[in-house]
Amino acid sequence: MEYKLRLNSLDDTVKLAELIAEKVFPGMIIGLTGDLGSGKTTFTKYFSRYIGVKDNLNSPTFTILKIYSGNYDLYHMDVYRLEDIGYDYELEEFIYGSGISVIEWYEYIKSMLPNEILSITFTVIDENQRDVVVKGEGKYEKIVKAISDRYSN
Amino acid sequence: MYILGVETSCDETSVSVVKDGKEVLSNRVLSQIDIHKEYGGVVPEIASREHVKGITYVFDKAMKDANISYEDLDLIAVTQGPGLIGSLLIGVNAAKVISLNYNIPLVGVHHIAGHIYANYIDNGMQFPLLALVVSGGHTELILMKEHYHFEKLGETQDDAVGEAYDKVARILGLPYPGGPIVDKMANLGKDTLNFPRPMIDSKDFNFSFSGLKSKVINVHHNMIQRNEEINVPDFCASFQEAVTDVLVQKTIQAKEHYQVKQIIVAGGVAANSGLRRKMKEKIVDTEVYFPKMAYCTDNAAMIAVAGYFQYQKNKKADDLMLNGQSRLNLER
Repeated sequence: MEYKLRLNSLDDTVKLAELIAEKVFPGMIIGLTGDLGSGKTTFTKYFSRYIGVKDNLNSPTFTILKIYSGNYDLYHMDVYRLEDIGYDYELEEFIYGSGISVIEWYEYIKSMLPNEILSITFTVIDENQRDVVVKGEGKYEKIVKAISDRYSN
Repeated sequence: MYILGVETSCDETSVSVVKDGKEVLSNRVLSQIDIHKEYGGVVPEIASREHVKGITYVFDKAMKDANISYEDLDLIAVTQGPGLIGSLLIGVNAAKVISLNYNIPLVGVHHIAGHIYANYIDNGMQFPLLALVVSGGHTELILMKEHYHFEKLGETQDDAVGEAYDKVARILGLPYPGGPIVDKMANLGKDTLNFPRPMIDSKDFNFSFSGLKSKVINVHHNMIQRNEEINVPDFCASFQEAVTDVLVQKTIQAKEHYQVKQIIVAGGVAANSGLRRKMKEKIVDTEVYFPKMAYCTDNAAMIAVAGYFQYQKNKKADDLMLNGQSRLNLER
């Protein structure tokens, strides 16, 4: 199932992060994609706060993985550099662990991800606006449903 | 006192022997940069494998250069974090083996403490001291009122400054690592685009470079759409001016607020010529120190020096439960 919505401001991004954070479960995997500056890390920053992470979340680009703890462990990854390789066995134990993985540029390591994940695609419209497509099958379907219910009325 | 330093937090395998926290007897660095270059940055798993391949060689060379045997060592200092977890583990485990085998005390050192103490080698330290730590993974202002006491005044809320350089280079089609090439280009251009100086007037000591990155992307995108020719040197100069204005302004604010006696700039971006120039130009009443180039980038000598002071201060070694940590608090 997929659902497309328009974010008009930072506030809208915060609300989306809150809505998804209400639905978290151990082992959840969220894949993010979209151009540089489209809001992947910003989304993750607010998402982290709603799952109880107290530390300031900043970019994982340099180390590829940053680990935070809140109500759950949060594994924040940016796998942009793995484009040509397509996998990294060191990330496997995290992705298949009991914490929550948020993976920026997840499509670059698709072969090492399970079939079911929640994916969010960001497209820049202008300085403040973003189009977002949220997609999920199986156990992620109800999250997409919840988002569509919230935004459709 | 002879200290063995070990650093493997990212893509340099480094081992060093330092005497009494000041005299560098050896400092071997095996860089993997050429291997990671084609991927546009360090790839963790490749880094770990390269560390495994190189570490015995680097240990041997560093010990030989220093003309010392393991029995003569008094302390082993190893980078505990932050960094790539797989890479850190190689150094930590190698250090543990030497510690156990020769019964030498072992301390786990914070990587950033190392970068700050890199300055001690040539310049010494005067307190209160302000450190601006700028690298691919860090942008922080740290206050030290005495040896081995760190107070984080502020940090980046999003991208690190070195990372912003890499991303701007990527947008302009320049190679990785972005820092040196953007710096070089910037020296040939002029600040014509007047990019925003994020958070320059905020009263705290935090930084933000994500908004600047987005602005750079926007401007670049619009120029392409309008079929305007992009003057790469001017583009780089405009970006570098914005970044260095913020870094220098925040450093001045912190210097005045805490009445510091010495300012040091640490980390890979300390090598940036624009930053060096502006710091020296705008700050004239307080000495600003930059470590020499060999100690700007990752190296084990700085870890040995920091480990020496950590051991003096805490009078306590770590046990063999010591492990690498990808994120680690400097203020602990």
